[in-house]
Amino acid sequence: MYIGKGRKRKVTITAFLAPTVAGFLLFSLIPIARSFCLSFTSWDILQPAEWVGLENYKALLGSEEFWRVMKNTGEYIVLYIPLMLISSLALAALLNRKFAGVDVYKVLFFLPVLTSWVAGSLIWRWILNHKYGLVNILLGHIGIAGPAWLDDKYWAMPGVVLASAWKDAGFFALIFLGALKGINQEYYEAAEIDGASAWRKFRHITLPLISPTTFFVAVTSVINSFQVFAQVQIMTYGGPAGATQVIMERIYKYAFQFFKMGYASALSWVLFVIVLVITLIQWRLQKRWVFYDS
Amino acid sequence: MRRKRLALAAVCVALVVLCSMPVFSAKKVTITYGNFSAGSDNEPTLNAMKAAFEKANPDIEVKLQSTGFGEYFRLLQTQVAGGTAPDCYELNYENFVAFAAKNALADLSPLAKAAGLSFSGYDASALDAFKYKGKQFGVPGSYSVVLLFYNKDLFDQAKAAYPGDKWTWKDVIEAGKKIRALGDDTFGIIQTVQFWEFYKTIAQNGGSLFNADRTKFTVNSPENVEALQYMVDKIIKYNIEPTQAQKSNQGEWDMFASGKVGMLITGNWAFTFMKDKCKFKWDIAVEPGNKQKACHFFSNGYAINRSSKKQQEAMRWIAWLASSTESSMLRLDAGWETPPVSDKSVIDAYIAERPPDNRKAVFDSLKYLVTPPVIEQFSEMAEVVDLQLQKARDGEKTPKQALDDAQRELEQKIRL
Repeated sequence: MYIGKGRKRKVTITAFLAPTVAGFLLFSLIPIARSFCLSFTSWDILQPAEWVGLENYKALLGSEEFWRVMKNTGEYIVLYIPLMLISSLALAALLNRKFAGVDVYKVLFFLPVLTSWVAGSLIWRWILNHKYGLVNILLGHIGIAGPAWLDDKYWAMPGVVLASAWKDAGFFALIFLGALKGINQEYYEAAEIDGASAWRKFRHITLPLISPTTFFVAVTSVINSFQVFAQVQIMTYGGPAGATQVIMERIYKYAFQFFKMGYASALSWVLFVIVLVITLIQWRLQKRWVFYDS
Repeated sequence: MRRKRLALAAVCVALVVLCSMPVFSAKKVTITYGNFSAGSDNEPTLNAMKAAFEKANPDIEVKLQSTGFGEYFRLLQTQVAGGTAPDCYELNYENFVAFAAKNALADLSPLAKAAGLSFSGYDASALDAFKYKGKQFGVPGSYSVVLLFYNKDLFDQAKAAYPGDKWTWKDVIEAGKKIRALGDDTFGIIQTVQFWEFYKTIAQNGGSLFNADRTKFTVNSPENVEALQYMVDKIIKYNIEPTQAQKSNQGEWDMFASGKVGMLITGNWAFTFMKDKCKFKWDIAVEPGNKQKACHFFSNGYAINRSSKKQQEAMRWIAWLASSTESSMLRLDAGWETPPVSDKSVIDAYIAERPPDNRKAVFDSLKYLVTPPVIEQFSEMAEVVDLQLQKARDGEKTPKQALDDAQRELEQKIRL
């Protein structure tokens, strides 16, 4: 597209950028900056904010609740990340083969990604139902008495993880598929001539060559996992007895149910710092296992 | 070019001036009314009320802003903060106290006086609930109570006597056991262990969440521990009430309506549902107590926004909505909660409705009413207590441990 020269060019570019920049300033940057200021205040929306210094941060770091929800969030991440990585990689490997109707399967596996969390969560509540749920009926056929899942304090979080992996695997499988397609077939041919088994080919060719993608998937999904919210809110509402309360759920409750905006802002900033630190650590560690072939 | 613009500006100014002259503007005053309790079931009723009011008051037009209960109070709080709140709005009792404490509401007494209205037609206890620090900041619009619903057929099969006014917790357990014995899938009672049931049940045992002047929590008092023990025993010890796993995600109303539950503690707002769904004979009774009776009293009221410019008109609308015979009758016909009026003809009409037969119990319950224990950090308190109640319900903690932990956490988190 021709967009003019000199000053006119600048005006045109500015005009095209303005809506995005304005939206970013108005709905992201300014609120983020404000939430930082708010985290040092006590504010209930109706009455003017009061400066309280570091009180909110002290209170939250000193509360049992904060450490409990951090532990729950951690449990979610530890269960979710491996399950999601393995299942999406397996899906990608499956979709990388040539068989009739492979494109239909691609769409089918991607469908949960497009499904709204509200609908998905409600369906999973029934799939995981203690008496009438699909999972427990299937388990019953092989002689296992299934747990009460979302009503059981030990099984509620694994239940949420199952639903989350179902929803996200299709998305990450697509990214992995792209990486798999990008591997030069000559590597495999060379390995076959040397007599390498399927496992060795996977372990020593596929895994190293898709490691930049694995790294990307790991980093983004860890960040997303710290913000797990919708499925918890709908499937368990943080229950039973707080077993699935996670940090985002707390931020939402404090901000929009208890109207403690200052405290909720402080929680958000603590979450930000945690995510930042963990991402930096991942960044440093990538040297040990990620291979960029250039 | 410039001349054209000037001409255009002149025309605009002229138009603005013309429109603001009385001749050209509508004589009607439009007021906005925020509400949540109509929902989809009673939306036609609310529309009928609006139409009847506008017919009688041609100078006022009411604009309804209806929102579902789940979103309503969040929306309203934001609107009040942003200066875009409706002129008048519906509030439940808990939020009425919060809004009054935060100085968002207008004092109604001078407004009523100016409009020539009086507060004498209201039920006294309902009216008192909407006073804050001695001032009338709201009028009651409707109220509801919680009762003992029972399945007469199951009682007959189990050869148990129907619940009566003298019943106590012990009778509940005895009858519950007999009904539970009828089948693996048949349960004696559903009450649910949660905050709202808890503050009422402890009142039935003479307990309370706070000391008398509300300066200290008394959540783990012996009376309260005993009350929670009763609630938990029904589930774990006797299993006359289903556990979470036995409920398996089924709604409590649905379970009762499917004929599998002998007794259900729920509100009179369930009348319409039960009337439609129950294929057996059922009735209600005043809830059994222990040391004394105590019954839930919930009320929705109407208030006027402090910064509204149309308070006079808003006052006329909410007063009509709350207490006129016309709106009360519309409310009764729809079975939409109970109108808060002392008018005997309205009350008699309510009692004459069927089912259930014993509608008198709704008014008898008023003698034992407990209002929600409202404090500024109400929903936070409810959450802390709820979490520990669930631990006791699931047998993870004893009632004593659970309430000790609740007490400790409340003292740490909440300023009374």
